[in-house]
Amino acid sequence: MDTMPKWADIVLIPLIGLILAFLLSGLMVLASGQDPWEAIKIMVEGAVGSSYGWGYTLYYATNFIFTGLAVAIAFHAAMFNIGGEGQAMVGGLGVAIACLFIPWPHWTLALIGAMIMGGLFGAVWAAIPAWLQAKRGSHIVITTIMFNFIAAGLLNYMLVDVLKPVGAMEPATAKFPEATHLPSLNDVFLIFGLDLFKRSPVNVSLFVALAACVGLWALIWKMKLGYQIRAFGHSEPAAKYAGISPTRMIMISMIISGALAGLMAINNVMGEAERLVLNSVEGAGFIGIAVALMGRSHPLGVLIAALLFGFLYQGGAELGLWTSIPREMVTVIQALVILFTGALDNMIRMPLERFFLARAIRARAASTPAE
Amino acid sequence: MDFLTILQILDSSVRLAVPLLLACLAGLYSERAGIFDIGLEGKMLAAAFASAAIAYVSGSVWIGLLAGIAASMALSIVHGLASITFRGNQLISGVAINFLAAGLTVVVAQNWFKQGGRTPTLEGPARFSEITLPFADALSGIPVLGPLYAEVISGHTIIAYVAFLFVPLTWWILFRTRFGLRLRAVGENPAAVDTAGISVIWLRYSAILICGVLCGLAGAYLATALQAGFTKDMSAGRGFIALAALIFAKWRPVPALYATLLFGFLAAVATRFQTINIGTFRVPVAFTESLPYILTVVILAGFVGKAIPPRAGGAPYVKER
Amino acid sequence: MTDAPAIELKGISKSFGPVQANKDISIRVMPGTIHGIIGENGAGKSTLMSILYGFYKADKGDVFIRGNKTEIPDSQAAIAAGIGMVFQHFKLVENFSVLENVVLGAEDGALLGPSLRKARKELTQLAAEYELNVDPDALIEEIGVGMQQRVEILKALYRQADILILDEPTGVLTPAEADHLFRILEGLKAQGKTIILITHKLREIMEVTDTVSVMRRGEMTATVKTSETSPEELAELMVGRKVLLRVDKKPATPGDPVVEIDNLQVVDEKGVERVKGISLNVRAGEILGIAGVAGNGQSEILEVLGGIRSATGSVRIKGQEIDLTGAHSDGRSRRERGIAHVPEDRQREGLIMDFKAWENVAFGYHHEDNYQSGLLMDNAAIKRDTEGKIERFDVRPANGMLEAKSFSGGNQQKIVLAREIERNPELLLVGQPTRGVDIGAIEFIHQRIVELRDAGKAILLVSVELDEILSLSDRIAVIFDGQIMGERLPSETDEKELGLMMAGITDTAQDHSIEEIEANLAEAHGEVH
Repeated sequence: MDTMPKWADIVLIPLIGLILAFLLSGLMVLASGQDPWEAIKIMVEGAVGSSYGWGYTLYYATNFIFTGLAVAIAFHAAMFNIGGEGQAMVGGLGVAIACLFIPWPHWTLALIGAMIMGGLFGAVWAAIPAWLQAKRGSHIVITTIMFNFIAAGLLNYMLVDVLKPVGAMEPATAKFPEATHLPSLNDVFLIFGLDLFKRSPVNVSLFVALAACVGLWALIWKMKLGYQIRAFGHSEPAAKYAGISPTRMIMISMIISGALAGLMAINNVMGEAERLVLNSVEGAGFIGIAVALMGRSHPLGVLIAALLFGFLYQGGAELGLWTSIPREMVTVIQALVILFTGALDNMIRMPLERFFLARAIRARAASTPAE
Repeated sequence: MDFLTILQILDSSVRLAVPLLLACLAGLYSERAGIFDIGLEGKMLAAAFASAAIAYVSGSVWIGLLAGIAASMALSIVHGLASITFRGNQLISGVAINFLAAGLTVVVAQNWFKQGGRTPTLEGPARFSEITLPFADALSGIPVLGPLYAEVISGHTIIAYVAFLFVPLTWWILFRTRFGLRLRAVGENPAAVDTAGISVIWLRYSAILICGVLCGLAGAYLATALQAGFTKDMSAGRGFIALAALIFAKWRPVPALYATLLFGFLAAVATRFQTINIGTFRVPVAFTESLPYILTVVILAGFVGKAIPPRAGGAPYVKER
Repeated sequence: MTDAPAIELKGISKSFGPVQANKDISIRVMPGTIHGIIGENGAGKSTLMSILYGFYKADKGDVFIRGNKTEIPDSQAAIAAGIGMVFQHFKLVENFSVLENVVLGAEDGALLGPSLRKARKELTQLAAEYELNVDPDALIEEIGVGMQQRVEILKALYRQADILILDEPTGVLTPAEADHLFRILEGLKAQGKTIILITHKLREIMEVTDTVSVMRRGEMTATVKTSETSPEELAELMVGRKVLLRVDKKPATPGDPVVEIDNLQVVDEKGVERVKGISLNVRAGEILGIAGVAGNGQSEILEVLGGIRSATGSVRIKGQEIDLTGAHSDGRSRRERGIAHVPEDRQREGLIMDFKAWENVAFGYHHEDNYQSGLLMDNAAIKRDTEGKIERFDVRPANGMLEAKSFSGGNQQKIVLAREIERNPELLLVGQPTRGVDIGAIEFIHQRIVELRDAGKAILLVSVELDEILSLSDRIAVIFDGQIMGERLPSETDEKELGLMMAGITDTAQDHSIEEIEANLAEAHGEVH
C-alpha cells in the first residue's frame, strides 16, 4: 500500500529509530547514576564544540563513510557483508606494504598506490566469501564473519612474525617513510591562511571518501552496472531472465564492497597512525552496518549517518575521558541504532502507515469519491 | 606424544565442546522453527556476564545460573519481537543483539565492579565444581579405559553432563512429541501449521525461548565453570562456531554432538600446542588459532556434503491473501 | 434435518487499506449441496473464504453456521465450527509423511505415537468410504499433486469437517483427475457434507454445482440455481458486459521454420532429467501451443530458449545453431538472436516489482545502445519509450513513474508484453500469458499475440489452461514427463483427448481408469524427486 509519502519512508522512519535509540541510551546513563543531559553536553562539546573536536569527528566519519558505503553497495545486491571489519584490516595490510616497500617520490603518488593496494587487498578478502556464496552456496553472512576472525589471525601473524622491525616489542610495523605522509586538513586550510582542525587526524582521505560517495551514487542510480546490481538484489530469477549473471553480480558487488572497506586504511593507517598496529580498525567495519542501515543504503544517507557516528565516536571517547561511562557505550548505541532502524523497522513503520492511511482516507472522503 | 597428553587433550576437548554443544542445540531449536539466529554469540556473552556478576554478588552459582538464563532469554525476546512480531530481518536483528551484548556487558561491568569491564574472580560456591563420577578412582587402574573414564568422562561440571543429556532429549522431543512435530513443521511450512489451527507466533516464540535457555547455560558455563569470572568478549566467536557446527550437523541433534566435539578438539589442540613443528616448518600460533574458523568456511563451502536448511528459515511468516 | 443453511453470511465487508475487497456480501448455502462461487481474479472470492476460515476478520457482517451466529477469529475456531479448507496452494509440509501432515494440529496428546496409530486406522476407513486412496507413509514431496490434494481433503475430514471449501482445486489437475475430484465431491455431498467450490472456470460450475454465486469487484452480483443459468450469462455477470469466449483469429499461414529444436535434453540442478530428447519446430506466422500438466518439462523448454537454463541437443533459429551451454547461452544473447520472452511468472522473473514501470521497460534490454549515453544510462530515453508503450498497450494507470507492484496483474502483464512484443522478435516465447489476469485484459493480450503471428512471427505458447491452448494455438504439442506425446490440430481434437495425452496415454480412443492415469502421473512425478 503506497499511502505513505516517500519522505516519511526515507527520513521519518530512520529518524524515529534514532531518537528511540538515543532515548534508551539516555535511560541507561540515568540508571547508572549519571546525568544524561550532562553526558550529552560533554559529547557535543567534545565532538563539535571546537575545530579540534570537529577534526576528530570528521576523521572517524571518514572511516565510517568507507565502511558504510561498503555495506550499502552489498545491500543493493541483497548481500549482507558483515566482513567490513576484516576487509578493512586486510586493506590496512595492503596500505602498509605499499607505504613501506615502495619508495614513493611524493605523497600524491603514495596515496594512489596505497589506494590501489588497500582496495585490492580488501577486495580479495571479500571476493573469497563472494565466490563461495556464488559457486558453493555458503551463506555470505557466516563466511564473512569467519573471515573477520581469520583476518585477525592473519594480521597477528604478519605483525608478529613478518613485518615487526627487528628488536621491537610491540606487534606493529615500522613507521612509514616521510614521503607517504598525507596532508592533514589543517595543512590544507593553512594554505588559505585558516588554522582549522589543528592537531586532529582528519586528512585528505576525507575528500577521497566524499568522492567515493558521489561515485557510488552515480554507479547505483545512473549506470548500467548499478541497474543490474539492483535488479539482481531485488530478484535473482528476474536477473537470470534478463541475462544478468548472478555470479557476476555477487562477485562485482562484493569486490566493490571489499575495496571500499579496504580503502578505509588510507585514513586510519596511512593518514593517522602512519604505521600498522593490531587493532587499527577499532570496529569501524561493524559500524558500517549501522551507517548503511540508517542511511537506507543511499550514499547521501550514508554520508549523514557517518557524520552522526563520527560525532558519537568522538563524543563517546570524551565521555570515557571525563565520566565513568566507558566508550563501549557507543557500541550499545550502535546496537540500538541497528535494532531500531534495521530489525525493528516495522515497529515504527506499521503505526506510521496506519496514520498516513487514515489521513489519505480522510482526504479522499473530503474530495470527490473515486471510482 | 604420550598417553597422558592425549588424555589431557581429550579432556580439554570435552570441556571446550560443552559451550559449543549447548549453543548449537540452542540454534537447532530456533532454526528448526524457521528463525535464523546469528545472535547466539551475544546471548552467550550476556549470560556469561549476568551469571558471573550475580554469582559473585550472591555467592551462589545457582542463582548466577538463573540470572544468566534470564539475561539470555531477555535477548531472545528482543529477537522474537524483531523477527516474529514485527517481521524484521532476522540477520540484522542477530547482529544488533551481538553488539548490544558486547557493549552492555562492558558498560554495566565497568559501572558495577570498576575493574575495567570484568567481574571479580569467582571462588568456592560461586563456581561450578567438577563432579567425580562413581568408581572413577577405583577403575583408574584398568589400562586405557580406566584413565579414559576417570580423566575424560568423569570430572566435569553438572552443566557439561546436562549438555550431553540434552542431545538424546532433543532428539526425543523433535521426533517423538507433538511439540517436536509442530516445531519441525513451522520451520518447513508455517502456512501448514497456521491453517491447521496452531499459532505460528506462539510456536516460534517457544522455540526461541528454549534457545535462550540453552544459550544461557552455555554462557554461564563459560564464566562460572570453564573460567572463574567474566572477561570482555569472552565468548570469542563460539556462537558463530556453534552455528557452523549446526550446519555441519544438518540441523540434527546427534550429529551436532559429533560436530561440536570436533570443534572442541580443534580448540583443545590450538590451546595445548602454541607452536607446532612439521619438519623444519613452524606452524604459526595465529594459524592454529584461526583453524576453527578456516574449517568452518571449508564446511560451509559444502566440501563435506551439502546441507539443506529448514525451508522456511529466515523468512517472516505473513498470511497469504 | 432442519432448514437452517449450513453457512450463511450476512453483510460481510472487508477492506485492505484503501482497497475494498468485499462489499456487503450475503450468501446462504444449504446443507448437502455444492455451491459454486465464480468471479474474476481479484473479485474478492479468496478474501471472502479467508474470512470464513479465520484468516481475516471482517470489518462488518456476521457468519451463521447451521443457524448459529459464529465468531471465527482464527483457523482453530473455523475447524471447531466444522469448516475445512483446501487452498489453491496446498498447505502441506513437503518432507513430512502423509500421516504426519494429517495429524499435524489434530494430535491427541503430547506424545506422537498414539496419534499416528489412530490416524492410520482412520485414514484407511476414509479412503474406503470416499475413494480417497493415499499411501500414509509416502512423503508429500514424493507424491503427485492429485494425491496431495486428496491429503488436503483427508486433513479436513479427519478434523470432522462437514463444510468443505475448495479454492481453485482443478488448476493443477489433468481433466481426468478433475473428473475424479468431482466424483469425490459428489460422494461427500451424498454423505450430507456441504461443499463450496471457488473457481474461475465456467465449465466446472456448470458440471458439479447446485447453486452458484457470482462475484465482481468485491460485490456479489447474483446467486442463481445452476440448472437455470448458462455459461454465457455467468460470464456476463462476472465481467459486467458481453464477453467473447473465443479468440477471434484468421487461419494461420505458416512460412519457414523459425525455430527447430532437435533432441533437446535438460537436466536440472538436482540431476533429474526434465526434458528427455524433445524435437519441435515453430514456423513463421504460427502459434505452437504446448499443453501439459505443470512440471512436465514445458517450463524448461521456455527457459532453455530464453537463456535461463542450459541444455544439450540442438536448437536452430532461422537455420543457425544457438549456444545452449556456453558463454552465449544467456538471456542477452537470446535477445540479440531475436528471441523475446514473456515468462511464466511475471512477478518473479518478468518484472522487478520494486522498480518503477519505466525501469522495467528497459529490463533485459538495459544494455542496448539507445538506452546509453556515455558512461551513464539514458534514463530520459527510457522514460520516453515507456510513455509510448503505456499508451499503445493501454496500461492503467498510465503513469510510468509508479512501481510495478502498484499495477494490477493484467496491467503488469501488459508492461511485459509491450516490452517484448515491440522488439518485433522473430520468436516470441509466452508462458501463462493470462494467469492472474482479468477477462478484459485477457482479450487484449490474446489479440496482441495473434497480431504478432499475423505479422509473420513465430510464437511458442505454454499454458496450463487447456481452453487457452485450444483457442489460441494453430498447432498443439502435448508434453508429458519431458517427452512430446504427439501433435494435434485444435480443430481435430478436444479437451478429453488432450487430457489423456497429458497423462501419458496415447491410445486415446479407449477408456481409461483413474487408477491408470494416476499411476502414470505418479511414476513421472516420482522420477522428478
